[in-house]
Amino acid sequence: MQPFRVHTGVALPLDRHNVDTDQIIPKQFLKRIERTGFGQFLFFDWRFRPDGSLNPDFLLNEPAYANASVLVSGRNFGCGSSREHAPWALGDYGFRTVIAPYFADIFASNSAQNGILLVSLPEEKVSDLLARIKSRPGERVTVDLERCEVRDETGFLAKFNPDPFRRRCLLEGLDDIGLTMQHEAEITAYEARRR
Amino acid sequence: MGRSLLDKLWDEHVVCQPEGEPALLYIDLHLVHEVTSPQAFDGLRAAGRRVRRADLTVATVDHNVPTTPNHRPIDDPIAARQIEALQANCAEFGIPLFDMDSPEQGIVHVIGPELGATLPGKTVVCGDSHTSTHGAFGALGFGIGTSEVEHVLATQCLPQHKPKSMLVRVNGRLAPGVTAKDLALSFIAKIGTGGATGHAVEYAGEAIQVLSMDARMTLCNLTIEAGARAGMVAPDDTTFAYVKGRRFAPQGASWDKAVAQWRALASDPDAHFDQVVELYASSLVPQVTWGTNPAMVVGVDGEVPNPKAAKTEVDRKAIERALEYMGLSAGTPIEEIKIDVAFIGSCTNSRLEDLREAARVAAGHRVASGVRALVVPGSQEIKRAAESEGLDQIFKAAGFEWREPGCSMCLGMNPDIVLPGQRSASTSNRNFEGRQGRGARTHLVSPAMAAAAAVVGHFTDVRRWEYRQASAGGK
Repeated sequence: MQPFRVHTGVALPLDRHNVDTDQIIPKQFLKRIERTGFGQFLFFDWRFRPDGSLNPDFLLNEPAYANASVLVSGRNFGCGSSREHAPWALGDYGFRTVIAPYFADIFASNSAQNGILLVSLPEEKVSDLLARIKSRPGERVTVDLERCEVRDETGFLAKFNPDPFRRRCLLEGLDDIGLTMQHEAEITAYEARRR
Repeated sequence: MGRSLLDKLWDEHVVCQPEGEPALLYIDLHLVHEVTSPQAFDGLRAAGRRVRRADLTVATVDHNVPTTPNHRPIDDPIAARQIEALQANCAEFGIPLFDMDSPEQGIVHVIGPELGATLPGKTVVCGDSHTSTHGAFGALGFGIGTSEVEHVLATQCLPQHKPKSMLVRVNGRLAPGVTAKDLALSFIAKIGTGGATGHAVEYAGEAIQVLSMDARMTLCNLTIEAGARAGMVAPDDTTFAYVKGRRFAPQGASWDKAVAQWRALASDPDAHFDQVVELYASSLVPQVTWGTNPAMVVGVDGEVPNPKAAKTEVDRKAIERALEYMGLSAGTPIEEIKIDVAFIGSCTNSRLEDLREAARVAAGHRVASGVRALVVPGSQEIKRAAESEGLDQIFKAAGFEWREPGCSMCLGMNPDIVLPGQRSASTSNRNFEGRQGRGARTHLVSPAMAAAAAVVGHFTDVRRWEYRQASAGGK
């Protein structure tokens, strides 16, 4: 897994609550059996009009956000379906991190498995950040997992408290199946005990 | 301090608690389907890993499968490839597969309990958010992503933090015409789509004790729509009666031993819960969602809400956006909303009891002109049982399509979709934008409410339904 330490990039404001995984990647793109190539389908129904042309009303289509890699959104981001295709699409498109007041549980673990850092900040902080990046399209934001802070050049600064285990896995790019396999003796003993 | 159902399930399954890491939780049952597994099997192959416990793993095909009779070969080559991948993976790794031609094929959350694979006291995972369904048996069931599917295949374990606990006590009893679906939707509306995030919910109280297993499964299934990790009901005689004699359930002497252990799973009277929510069942009315998430719901006797009444600016915008997508105006009575499609099915509401309720409403009536109505049983077993009772004949006589089992129009991964701008009365679980098809407008309701809407062409209060006998043609 690609480690996450410090990332600076253009921040896209997606100012709505409950962005569900059906929006992040619609179901017609879940039939592929590969793990890659999902970025082209990210936010498909919002990015594209029914005739396939770009929807000019969706911010991600504006040139200022062409290289966006930091997503800032509302409460309960990633709710709904357990599809890991959602973080695959975000990551493949180029997003490295999402900032929101809180995230749906399954989406949170799926993102951690794919080197995408989810940052939970208090609602006021998210609103403040959204206001700043909306007023300055193309604004770059730094997400620093080493110091556990989000900052930008306009003076925004917010600390966050990641789960220590997830933080370590992201910083070091750890494969957690490998970690579990180190407990093989305990797993075998557990199975024997419950037989 | 006593222990809760969650505490007991959790403690029993902790393999070890490594320093500075989440607990390693043992998984008793891993359900696998075609959509969220191919990349997991690829991961195993790439790392040279094997499936640790194929005997604790059960696979079926449900999301992609066409539900029209005689549907082979599958027209969609990408869907066909995904199903072939599951067949090949199950063969390679020795995993039992209930394939399209199996008499036990069906929606993964329907067949787990039907087979007796889902049992009280188990930990159950699946690469699907509605795995919360299995909590109806007093199991700890939760949805996982594909990387975690790979993790469980390789190790039969998952590193997990223990969820917080929430007790939802439902006092009184549901009135006739009001179902577990309505109870679940009103609970989600009360606490919000993210209100139970990080929690395992235990439902208790008089209203829950009298619910059938089918109804408990509906309730636990929808718990994920409140953001919960899991939904659970303590196992009782209703549970044991359902489980007894099923294919993978304990038999003979081990049955009695198992029941004794299962009885002890109930939360102790002095168990601690991080949150307690009280609900009152008797005042509840049939629910209809009006918006684009399951918390956007109102009683059938209500009306489409006014965005101006929203508490915050963001909420107001969310309501405006939802009404625009749904093509609704504030103040419209729910009963005046006309539908184009009725869908009775999904892991939420495709079980025999659901089909019986819908058939009772449909009997002797006809689907309104211009309305397309589908009934998609949750499994082959349910389909056979419904047919032996003549429910298929009632539905067909009333103008409903009677289909083969699968997820179908709940998410429209197969050819069953709602067309752009069409409005559906759906017994499924998500009314998200585009869920049933791009531009589709979904209203979530109970099976009886969906059947009633199909007949009259708009939402109507099923508590006032004129029940008839099935006309000639029914068995």
